[in-house]
Amino acid sequence: MKNIPVSTTINGDPIEFLCGPDETLLEVLRNRLGLTGAKEGCGTGDCGACSVTLNGRLVCSCLVLGAEAEGGEISTVEGLAAGDALHPLQQAFIDHAALQCGVCTPGILVAAKSLLDKNPNPTETEIRYWLAGNLCRCTGYDKIIKAVQIAAEEMRSA
Amino acid sequence: MALDSQAKKVFKQVGTRPRRPDGVDKVTGRAMYGADATAPGMLFARVLRSPHAHAVIKSIDASAALAQKGVKAVVTSADFGVPEDLFIRDVQDNCMARGKVLYDGHAVAAVAAVSDAVAKQALKLIKVDYQVLPHVTDVDEAMKPGAPVVQQGRTEENVGPGFSENVTTYCEFGHGDLVAGFAKADRILERSFKTAATHQGYIEPHACLASVTSDGKADLWCCTQGQFHVRNVCAEIMGMESSQLRVTASEIGGGFGGKTTVFIEPVALALSRKTGRPVKMVMSREEVFRATGPTVSSSMDVKIGMTRDGRITAAEAHLRYQGGAFPTGTVTMGGQSAFAAYDLEAVRTYGWNVMTNRPKEAAYRAPGAPMAIYAVESVVDEFCQHFGLDPLDVRLMNAAKKGTRSSYGPTFDAIGLIATLEAAKAHPHYTAPLGPNQGRGLSCGFWFNFGGNTCVTLNVNSDGTIGVTEGNPDIGGSRASISLMAAEELGIPYDKVRTIVADTNSIGYNDITDGSRVTFSVGLATIQSARNAIKVMCARAAKIWGIDEDAVIWEDGAAKPSGPNAGDFEPMTLAEIAAVSAETGGPIAGHHEVNADGAGVSFGVHLADVEVDPETGATKVLRYTVFQDAGRAVHPDYVEGQMQGGAAQGIGWALNEEYIYGKDGRLQNAGFLDYRVPVASDLPNIDTVILEIPNPGHPYGVRGVGETPIVPPLAALSNAVSRAVGVRMHELPMSPPKLLKAMNGKG
Repeated sequence: MKNIPVSTTINGDPIEFLCGPDETLLEVLRNRLGLTGAKEGCGTGDCGACSVTLNGRLVCSCLVLGAEAEGGEISTVEGLAAGDALHPLQQAFIDHAALQCGVCTPGILVAAKSLLDKNPNPTETEIRYWLAGNLCRCTGYDKIIKAVQIAAEEMRSA
Repeated sequence: MALDSQAKKVFKQVGTRPRRPDGVDKVTGRAMYGADATAPGMLFARVLRSPHAHAVIKSIDASAALAQKGVKAVVTSADFGVPEDLFIRDVQDNCMARGKVLYDGHAVAAVAAVSDAVAKQALKLIKVDYQVLPHVTDVDEAMKPGAPVVQQGRTEENVGPGFSENVTTYCEFGHGDLVAGFAKADRILERSFKTAATHQGYIEPHACLASVTSDGKADLWCCTQGQFHVRNVCAEIMGMESSQLRVTASEIGGGFGGKTTVFIEPVALALSRKTGRPVKMVMSREEVFRATGPTVSSSMDVKIGMTRDGRITAAEAHLRYQGGAFPTGTVTMGGQSAFAAYDLEAVRTYGWNVMTNRPKEAAYRAPGAPMAIYAVESVVDEFCQHFGLDPLDVRLMNAAKKGTRSSYGPTFDAIGLIATLEAAKAHPHYTAPLGPNQGRGLSCGFWFNFGGNTCVTLNVNSDGTIGVTEGNPDIGGSRASISLMAAEELGIPYDKVRTIVADTNSIGYNDITDGSRVTFSVGLATIQSARNAIKVMCARAAKIWGIDEDAVIWEDGAAKPSGPNAGDFEPMTLAEIAAVSAETGGPIAGHHEVNADGAGVSFGVHLADVEVDPETGATKVLRYTVFQDAGRAVHPDYVEGQMQGGAAQGIGWALNEEYIYGKDGRLQNAGFLDYRVPVASDLPNIDTVILEIPNPGHPYGVRGVGETPIVPPLAALSNAVSRAVGVRMHELPMSPPKLLKAMNGKG
């Protein structure tokens, strides 16, 4: 099986890579491009630790083939901060202890940003259902939900 | 180390909520976990696992795999010796089956290849000839004479007759006259319970990167709760000296006890040694479920006698825990903890550890306690309902307190059970109105906590900042807590301290991050290290001032003359002393090494409101409040985090999570889709109330907090369900079909 050349934009930068026809976008990000922020928690789309956006849509990168990203725009956790300036979600997660081990955090941040892009003022229930695809085993979600609410409020008033 | 005599002292930093030092790394994707490391020339490894629950390995033929291009090596048990030490041998045999496979998913061979794809392909080319044997996965079945025997010759002497060889150990705890106690009761209840095995469910699968060089040195990077334990076990398996195997703990993506042992590290080391190249090995989620340790499943009988006004007169429990294919000791902790919340005249627990054809159990948050306490707290609640008594009043009436001879032997020192019960009673949650199909349940919880071997170095840098070097992987924010305690003791700002978790060659031995020991033990060692550094700094100031060392005291981050008689000198701050350290005797540091005791037990009480859907049997948690004694909450955010996270895991255990085995002995739900852990939309906010009853065994009064909170949810939810729909479940999880069946059957 020959590798396929793929041209994409990742976190705003033009990126080209070669990947096998059966290689997932997650494998490409982690193993070929050194973007290890997205994590593999299950490889079956159940845990959300590998969440990225592809053309603005929230996806589990373990369920997307690298080749499918041709011509696409990908955003990962590594692109969330603007240089030194953390995204309000990132800052709220630190300030309000919304992470413990932190391995689900990249996926949850990407998913939460995707929610706030669509709905700047979600209810608690909307946040809980939107993040239902992102497993966290440490926090019981309580502080995560609150941090998303706080970041949303801050972004609305900014 | 005893509680400081000025226990009432006002803390300036302990109890505040500063940002954690690893925060930015973790929100930007920069933090390095087990699977995130790479090395030049690295190979990828995969493990071939048994499809059978129990079988003899007649032969393994790897020739076709080895002939595949890009395959560099295959290892089987033939590549390992047979360790003399039984503990080490079990660990090794669990990593790579020797002679027999003992459970579905047991490793039989491993491949290292130039890519993950080639390694996966090669697994299919390894031919294993099995002779399938009868198997057993249920604890009660496994105990019966005539049951398929998982391993022979592992039964300890005190196990009585009448059991199969799968029963490995027996234990008994308690005191008093049970017969006399039960005679005083107005009513005696005898109930039997079962709980399913559940998995720790850490989101990060096990992963490591091993690099063995031809001169006998090795480096191992892995996600673990204890790099020193990994080092010791792997060095012994590999026949290496400890100093030559440097183990570095990566950031850890959850553990909850499940990363207190090794599953893949010796195999990766063996492959690296054989190929002469670095080898990376990462488990899939399916492998994590099939081949790493879930907790035990249990079968239990509880008998309690109570007077009609709520006094427990006698209590006993029979506990049978299966811990998979190797001997384990978990039932001991179940037997010790079952009645720990109660002050009893007559109490006895009996426990049996049992082997089955399941993966070897690993520790899971308060191992052994949740199921035993679930059974006890369910029976206590049934009494409360029967006699029409308030469940908090009954617990208050029987509560263990300072001076109580515990059900497992020791006499309790200052403990916080009564304070947590009173806090629960005073909380608005306890009296909030409930609707139809809704019920409120509660349960006590307990964990022993642990201290153990600990070693800390605290370096005073010449610019007046502090580096703390410790050896325990940070599970839930401990670096922040350690930095806080160092800053408190030295009297300098928190952000002047950076705490790191060191590899095995950079600091002395530390026990595993387990037993809720880190904030307690590492904190204690950090405080003492700081005091030792302060002693040095006072001596340096004395030298500069030309006065006696004893005439210098440390206050607010500075050395000062102890009084007018000592001389009239301006205080010297830590930074000022550090800046001239080269002229006063060289670098300044404090160390402390200890095998800490005095951990101080921890009690909690949980209140849970549920609503049961009468049509589906689905239970929704509506409101949840955790009350727990933390001794001293060093960083309250992360104390709350432990309380909330433990509660969520316990809720999953009570309602959904279980290992389901088919008749073929294979695990049927080895993935997060079918093994369903709570998701955000399953849970309400989890409110927390921290009580602070100082632990007499820690200078600041700290108690471990991590494990207790997984204990109460099991019974709290079962009790809530019974009050919501009038059905008492005796089995966990209370999944909707089981609950619906029980509701329809109550007739």
